[in-house]
Amino acid sequence: MKRFIITVFLLITLFILQGTLFRALSFADTVPNLLIIFTVSVSLMRGDTAGMLVGFFCGLLLDIFTGPTIGLYALIYMYIGYFNGGFNKIFFPEDIKLPMIMVIVSDILYGFFVYILLFLLRGRTEFSYYFTKVIFPESIYTIIVTVIIYPLLLFINKLLEKDEMRKARKFVS
Amino acid sequence: MSPVIKPKKEKFTLPSKYLLFILTIICCVLMVLTFTSDIFNKPLNYVVGYIIVPYQRGISSIGGYISDKKDALVNVYDLINENQQLREKIEQLEDENTQLLQDKYELNTLRDLYELDNTYENYEKIGASVIYRDSGNWFSTFIIDKGYRSGITPDMNVICGNGLVGKISVVGPNWSKVTSIISDNSNVSSTVLKSQNNIIVSGSLEEMKNGVILFSQLIDDEDKVSEGDKVVTSDISDKYLPGILIGYISTVNPDPNNLTKSGTLIPAVDFEHIEDVLIITQLKQYVDEEEINNGYNSLTFSEDLLNEDDATEESTDTP
Repeated sequence: MKRFIITVFLLITLFILQGTLFRALSFADTVPNLLIIFTVSVSLMRGDTAGMLVGFFCGLLLDIFTGPTIGLYALIYMYIGYFNGGFNKIFFPEDIKLPMIMVIVSDILYGFFVYILLFLLRGRTEFSYYFTKVIFPESIYTIIVTVIIYPLLLFINKLLEKDEMRKARKFVS
Repeated sequence: MSPVIKPKKEKFTLPSKYLLFILTIICCVLMVLTFTSDIFNKPLNYVVGYIIVPYQRGISSIGGYISDKKDALVNVYDLINENQQLREKIEQLEDENTQLLQDKYELNTLRDLYELDNTYENYEKIGASVIYRDSGNWFSTFIIDKGYRSGITPDMNVICGNGLVGKISVVGPNWSKVTSIISDNSNVSSTVLKSQNNIIVSGSLEEMKNGVILFSQLIDDEDKVSEGDKVVTSDISDKYLPGILIGYISTVNPDPNNLTKSGTLIPAVDFEHIEDVLIITQLKQYVDEEEINNGYNSLTFSEDLLNEDDATEESTDTP
């Protein structure tokens, strides 16, 4: 329950920071994709089901506020969460390399899907332009922000795990 | 240690593959439903409006505070507050002023060329401030802090300063979404003021970074349209009220088909720094295509009836 509330709180906070504070701090019109970082971190820490659900709700929030249609971002984020959940088995909390690689891969995948579904289907064919001007800068900025946000998420997860362990022990004894 | 917990956990885990499958179907259904109707908008917007918007407003004001600090090292809160209020006032006055100047200029120079019914300063307007910008890098939409409680409905025009920003696309109780004209999926039917040529202005992600938007479908055999010409919304636009300034033409190039021209124009609004906007509460009069068809049908129908009557009369006459 505690985890649920904290996850919801983090999700909304990151979503809002992305559109307000990070808009003010944008470099070259690029905003980091905090929700991708969150989705990837949760799926790496908690496995595919949790990642999938978090991705779904991240996407849904984006859809309601900014998306062209409800359900599209939800679908993309959900698959990203599911895809990253597969790497839960080889994940070690101390190792920041895996999350960073997964964030950059996921962000590029995300950009790729958005391009195909929302731009290519409307006849915008200059992929190289969109890649160099939108997808690539976004993933670079996102990876820089990951270095700050990921340890924070990891710390919160550790606290929660400790709390859950303690409760479980209490319950048994 | 965990014989008590383990069965409980196993009971709760639905295989993730099935969950993925179910959620995928839900997403697809949602997408189809939102494409065809708007039944989801009301409840979702309502819930979201209550949970997120107050929070958003708070953080947005913090963000504004930080960027204010970044801009100048003055941190007197009252000063900033007063400044904000004054700026709002200036914005409105500036709007009126530019309106007046523009009117004067237009009246003096173009009165005999055309009689543009430039009434958009007489429209009822509501002020609102931007609390959230599109969180991705793909489209240019933003959220403002007024919704249907303040009388806002979808398709209302949004202006800032004296230029067109876009239109309201989604409305919640205390927030609404504005799709700007520089967004990649936006097209506006507009008119070049000098030559009265109709053109289509469309936003483009590629050109957004250069600070311009695209226009196309310009039919101009006599090369009347040149750099710096004003572009306003046209009378035939579905959603936009006529005569709202969009921007100034920057380049004109002939299309490969040699019939039409296209190019770029510089928007009149500084989309980078939109803080307060004005919403015109008057909607463009809109006639449904079905209605037109129905009107036509009933006309033909009555004509048919008349003809039939004639025919029967003739037939009754002949014997």
